[in-house]
Amino acid sequence: MDLLLDAVVTGVLLGCFYAAVSLGLSVAFGLLDVPHVAHPAFLVLASYAVFFLNERYGVDPLLAGLLITPLFFLFGLAAYRLYYETFERRGSDAGVRGIAFFFGIAFIIEVLIILQFGVDQRSVTATYVGKAWRIADTRIPFRLLVAFAVAAALTILLTLYLSRTFMGRAIRAVAQDQEALRLMGVNPIRIKQWAFGIATAVLGIAGALLIIVAPVEPTLDRTYIGRTFCVVVMAGLGSMTGTLVAAIILGVAETIVLTLFGASWAPAISFAMLLGVLAVRPQGLFGRRS
Amino acid sequence: MKRNGIFFWIGATLFLAAALLMTQVIGNQYPFFACYVILQFIVLAVAWSILGGYAGYVNFGTSAFFGMGVYTAVFLLKAFDAPLAAQIAAAAAVGALMGFALGLLTLRMQGIFFSIATIAATIVIETSITNWRYVGGSAGIQLQRPMVTEPFNNYVQMLFFIQALLVVLAVAISRYIQNSWIGRGLQAIKDDELAAECTGVPTLRLKLLACVISGALMCAAGAPAAMYLQYADPSSAFNLNYSVSVLAMSLIGGTAHWAGPVVGAILLGATQQLLTVTISSEVNVLVLGVMLVLFVVAAPEGIIGLIRRVLRNRSEGKE
Amino acid sequence: MKRRTLFGGVIAVAMVGLTSGVVAQQPPIKIGMSMPQTGGLAGGGKASLLGIEIWRDDVNAKGGLLGRKVELVVYDDKSSASETPAIYSKLLDVDKVDLLFAPYATVPTAPLMPMVKQRGLLLMGNFSFQVNSKVQHDMWFNNAPWGPPDSWPDSFLDIAQKAGAKSVAFLSADQEFAQNLVVIAREVAKKRNMPIVFDQAYPPNTVEFSSIVRALKAAKPDVVYVSSYPPDSAGILRAVNEVGIGDNVKVFGGGMVGLQFGAVMENMGSLLNGVVNYNSWLPEPKMYYEGTKEFFDKYTKRAVEAKVDPLGYYLAPFGYASGQLVEAAVKAVGSLDQKAMAKYLHEHEMQTIVGPMTFGPDGERKENAVLQAQFRGITDKNIEQFRSSGKQVILFPEKLKSGDLVTPFEAARN
Repeated sequence: MDLLLDAVVTGVLLGCFYAAVSLGLSVAFGLLDVPHVAHPAFLVLASYAVFFLNERYGVDPLLAGLLITPLFFLFGLAAYRLYYETFERRGSDAGVRGIAFFFGIAFIIEVLIILQFGVDQRSVTATYVGKAWRIADTRIPFRLLVAFAVAAALTILLTLYLSRTFMGRAIRAVAQDQEALRLMGVNPIRIKQWAFGIATAVLGIAGALLIIVAPVEPTLDRTYIGRTFCVVVMAGLGSMTGTLVAAIILGVAETIVLTLFGASWAPAISFAMLLGVLAVRPQGLFGRRS
Repeated sequence: MKRNGIFFWIGATLFLAAALLMTQVIGNQYPFFACYVILQFIVLAVAWSILGGYAGYVNFGTSAFFGMGVYTAVFLLKAFDAPLAAQIAAAAAVGALMGFALGLLTLRMQGIFFSIATIAATIVIETSITNWRYVGGSAGIQLQRPMVTEPFNNYVQMLFFIQALLVVLAVAISRYIQNSWIGRGLQAIKDDELAAECTGVPTLRLKLLACVISGALMCAAGAPAAMYLQYADPSSAFNLNYSVSVLAMSLIGGTAHWAGPVVGAILLGATQQLLTVTISSEVNVLVLGVMLVLFVVAAPEGIIGLIRRVLRNRSEGKE
Repeated sequence: MKRRTLFGGVIAVAMVGLTSGVVAQQPPIKIGMSMPQTGGLAGGGKASLLGIEIWRDDVNAKGGLLGRKVELVVYDDKSSASETPAIYSKLLDVDKVDLLFAPYATVPTAPLMPMVKQRGLLLMGNFSFQVNSKVQHDMWFNNAPWGPPDSWPDSFLDIAQKAGAKSVAFLSADQEFAQNLVVIAREVAKKRNMPIVFDQAYPPNTVEFSSIVRALKAAKPDVVYVSSYPPDSAGILRAVNEVGIGDNVKVFGGGMVGLQFGAVMENMGSLLNGVVNYNSWLPEPKMYYEGTKEFFDKYTKRAVEAKVDPLGYYLAPFGYASGQLVEAAVKAVGSLDQKAMAKYLHEHEMQTIVGPMTFGPDGERKENAVLQAQFRGITDKNIEQFRSSGKQVILFPEKLKSGDLVTPFEAARN
């Protein structure tokens, strides 16, 4: 029974980490309908930027993550501009070509990372990496607590931003009815670009978490394509709290199987759950669409 | 249209004759190894396009079908020492069943949701195979080729010819679908599924048909790979690479016409084979990335679309 | 309707391009191989290749083999089994290489074994594990120190049993090499009457290991045998450090791939302390043979430029040794006759920079030369420390022993 409790606690924390790396996608894909399969590649890129700052200048990884967010924001603006000029502007539905486009971008990023940093796996040092918090007999890794705190903070901030600020409301409006916004004299493209910038900026911190939680290597993004899209779709597109909840469900399910049943079945469980959710409730657990 | 058909079958016969001739004349093994891979990708890309191109349902689970093809062959070989033809036939049956299940998925899901469901299904299937010790599980399994049958004097040459047969089969089916009411129905589904349904197009039946055919062909294309490699392990058989490459090939070639995936698979497949034995480094991956981005940006309808545009411009210029 | 002729055209072009060969006077001896340079095995593959390249340069500086220069033909197999058959066909049928080296690791090598057997070719193996056990090719020579298949887990469990361990736990990656290893380890445990109290295979790409380590801890084993891959090895050690493993664990480690790579060791730092793990070469005094020091001087310089493992202990000297084996066989035979070379390699003891090598009938090394070594006194973020002796104390084999086991595991970690 102790083990079950342990598994649930670890699962919740791990789920928060999954949420942190999926939040950006929840904005980009969930709200803007951009099939951003390069999202995990951007994430790994951010991890390597954090690694660089940590290794070269000894910057704390979380601080490094914060430092690169403005850069990633600009990067996101540029990426959306390119996407917009290529697809949306032509009025064509990006669909499968959008996916192919982002796959191409992801491969290019992978190779650039290999050329710059080599193929070895990398990790960072910080006071909270490799230590644990003791409560009675259980010990919880600080790494996961950091992930938990950051994920919670990010979710709250994004939810507040989307519901309380003008820009945030505009982003949600653009997701629902682009034309209405245009009639109100707001340029929906500018809004979307801004939103994509934010989605990418969030990756700065998420990338820091990624390399804090586990070592990274250049092709790590491929394993996160499934996980992040799974979380976002299971949550229901565009819901930030939904993303957090779905990620926690995923984390707990994975950890329980890993600990108590055959560990080798863990990947099947989470994706079977996704299939189940999609089959029963295609709009996701917290979907905005009917 | 009729004349067109005759030309097609003459071309197909010539192609098979040339393939057979190659196996009899050329002693060098490498062309068969390299061309086998390209032919395999042609079948996969053509099969993928039946669902992804005509009907607009983007299947990301190519690797699941391919991998199941491989493991159907492995299982039959291990359990019954089944001959290659039986392996391929059984793989096609398995693929058709999987395709049917996939078709049922389209009942509930469209667009990107469908694509994500196929990714999820792929991982579930791969994990199941990984845990199936009988076919080697995660440790992989080494296989022994039986003796080669006449008129071939080498197993890889035979596999090459069989894959060429599959290419003709896949292209003929794809071409038939495109020119028949099935293709028009699928096109209607792609344009607007709801409208198609309302105007009396039997959308579910058409989608199921497309999924079954596409799945059967993809699985069949995977089956000979077990004998080609004489080794199978889940991470190679279910490699994401198959899904992405096939998607890229179809898009680069163009999905509106059956020839698009063929052209795309030849171009990209040959480029990859060539790069593997020339530049041969991470630049290989870079080329795939750059090609994808360039084509999607500069030639949204693929090579077939480009050719059509050029032809149209020329005929307009003449007038 | 020209497009129908397209197929024929492409094939014709491919044929013309492939059948043309170049003949030169006094041609170089070409050695062909594929090597993982992208994908999961790339880190090891690149280091291994650098070792082979250093051998090529050394042998050419001495005037080559049989008076001919040695040239390497290397292609990237992307760490995948599906690429190697075509690559080796290209090497043999188009490049007409004279000798073949296998790629690093088991998966890319597996599809080659039937091929070289059918064609009767010599293949110099590169750290694959039990890849020849089914095919039984008699012209296969694996440079890895594995020895007989059960000897590797056996030496580890022997160390543990001598330290008083009874129950054993297995934690393994659900991937090819790790699974092959753990299957053998189970048998060894049974033979030694060690009850197995925990046995789990975790899936590839597992992110977080603290829960599975807790489950392992709850089983209260005396010895933990881990067979894992580089990304996981780091994750497992971290989790062990964080949630603890319990005081009854006497020995921990065994088959963790990755703890031999410089970048990983540097990252893990003090977390490594106490772990007893397998290794192939270590900078301990008894490990130096003729040419070993010179090799590492060259390697250290060139590794920086090549962006590969700065230490390169695990694979690079064995790549060089493969070259030395070929060199010895060619010199003794006086030609490139592969049958004669294979006969020579089977019958003689060869001297290499990683020590003398002899081969059994299955082409694996006759004796188990896998080191079991314990990490001691490692500090964080310092890669240079691993160059000095005493950081990884050799516990096995007996004749190379450079220290005694510190046990239990928790005590050895400080």
